[in-house]
Amino acid sequence: MTDAIATADDPARETAAAPSHRGDLFSKFDALIAEREALLDTGVRDPFGLVMEKVHSPTLATVKGKETILLGTYNYMGMTFDPDVIQAGKDALDAYGSGTTGSRVLNGTYQGHKECEEALKDFYGTAHAMVFSTGYQANLGLMSTIAGKEDYIILDADSHASIYDGCAMGNAQIVRFRHNSVDDLEKRLKRLPAEGGRLVVLEGVYSMLGDIAPLADMVRVAKEAGAMVVVDEAHGMGFFGPNGRGVFEEAGVEDQVDFVVGTFSKSVGTVGGFVVSNHPKFEVLRLVCRPYVFTASLPPSVVATAATSIRKLKFAGNKRAHLWENSKRLHQGLRDLGFTLATPEAQSAIIAVLLPDQDMTVRMWQALLEAGVYVNMARPPATPAGTYLLRCSLCAEHSSEQVGQILGMFEAAGKATGYLS
Amino acid sequence: MTDRDQTFDKVAKLIEPFNKKGVKLGETTSFAGDLEWDSLIVMDFVASVEDEFDILITMNMQAEIETVGQLVDAVERLRNEG
Ligand SMILES: Cc1ncc(COP(=O)(O)O)c(C=O)c1O
Repeated sequence: MTDAIATADDPARETAAAPSHRGDLFSKFDALIAEREALLDTGVRDPFGLVMEKVHSPTLATVKGKETILLGTYNYMGMTFDPDVIQAGKDALDAYGSGTTGSRVLNGTYQGHKECEEALKDFYGTAHAMVFSTGYQANLGLMSTIAGKEDYIILDADSHASIYDGCAMGNAQIVRFRHNSVDDLEKRLKRLPAEGGRLVVLEGVYSMLGDIAPLADMVRVAKEAGAMVVVDEAHGMGFFGPNGRGVFEEAGVEDQVDFVVGTFSKSVGTVGGFVVSNHPKFEVLRLVCRPYVFTASLPPSVVATAATSIRKLKFAGNKRAHLWENSKRLHQGLRDLGFTLATPEAQSAIIAVLLPDQDMTVRMWQALLEAGVYVNMARPPATPAGTYLLRCSLCAEHSSEQVGQILGMFEAAGKATGYLS
Repeated sequence: MTDRDQTFDKVAKLIEPFNKKGVKLGETTSFAGDLEWDSLIVMDFVASVEDEFDILITMNMQAEIETVGQLVDAVERLRNEG
């Protein structure tokens, strides 16, 4: 078995086995394959091929036999090892089995899915909540379904791939505005024709640079233009606002946001996605949203862990305070060391370090990993404006001592690579 | 000079800051092929065209526009509609 797996994964074998045919459809990827090979030929480890051998806690794993601090997981609130969350998952496995083998609209809605939606309604104080199998699918579903051919979706240029893909899947007219520019949004809203519905799509936290949106102003201009507003709080949930609902709560625009999209894959600590809303006709989406209807629902253990985690997040004020402390300290510490950061101060739990090019970014990434800390590497086209980034995301469970260790490792890696003098 | 010629000249001026290789512009100059623009440059450039002419060029329309001439035609059409 082991041998078979090793062979199947061996890229050399895949090449050798490539069948002959007219026009290889894969030739469009040749440039990317060559770039990747050139990079790996320089002797660095593959930044996109890392394996976590053991995971000890939300902040610690074993990678290539080495104990490694996790600083790139979006596990903001550290719920993945919460004892209550784990127990809820185990109980659900015993009571309901390992999977639903069905769509939410057929045999795939269990008691646990309903309870998870209740937990969301309670957390967000909304009348409706709809759980999807991932946040990606929640965005696909919402964007592609509610805006039709005559309608306009107005979105930030730096929107997440799932928002763009949802737009591409639907038939609406798509208009982009410059990232986080209230002016640019307002100008474009004014140019829209009088007919047709309008949906403005915003995110609380933009995950590449860790900057937050000026939601108070953006929501105001959107509403003045008669648009519906959706805010994706994937990276804001758990952390922002008195109840941890997200940046829109902190900005005081809760009563004006029509839909909030979110994910269970970050602060909630499992997998899944959702949309919450007070729209009186919201429930009809369960019938018309294809990414909800034509896929299997989440396993019972997953919705049980999500519901338990969400209930606890509401009262996690102390954790939120510690996460802010960690984020501010890392930001200040990295600046003091001489690194260039994407935001002037810590705006979220994502701290993005800007580096000049791919070579330096990969070498820094590797030096950090060898020192014992894992961060996310990001490069175009995922990043805005062609930037190369090392993205750090803090966790409420990082101890102050760990943040100190992380800063030490950044200093050592910066010197080893010659980035810091 | 016709209205279309004027629009062509204005569009050419807006292309200039993004025309790093100094490609000579004509009706059939293509954004992806000749100017070698990536999606980020396209975003910036489209925003500047929209602001210059006070129009909206949706992503749906952008997908159909490959050359400078096609863009000038689209701008003319949108201005007359607006
Ligand atoms: C802004 C944003 N929206 C949606 C998603 C998708 O979430 P999920 O991981 O649940 O598919 C992500 C995360 O990848 C995200 O960053």
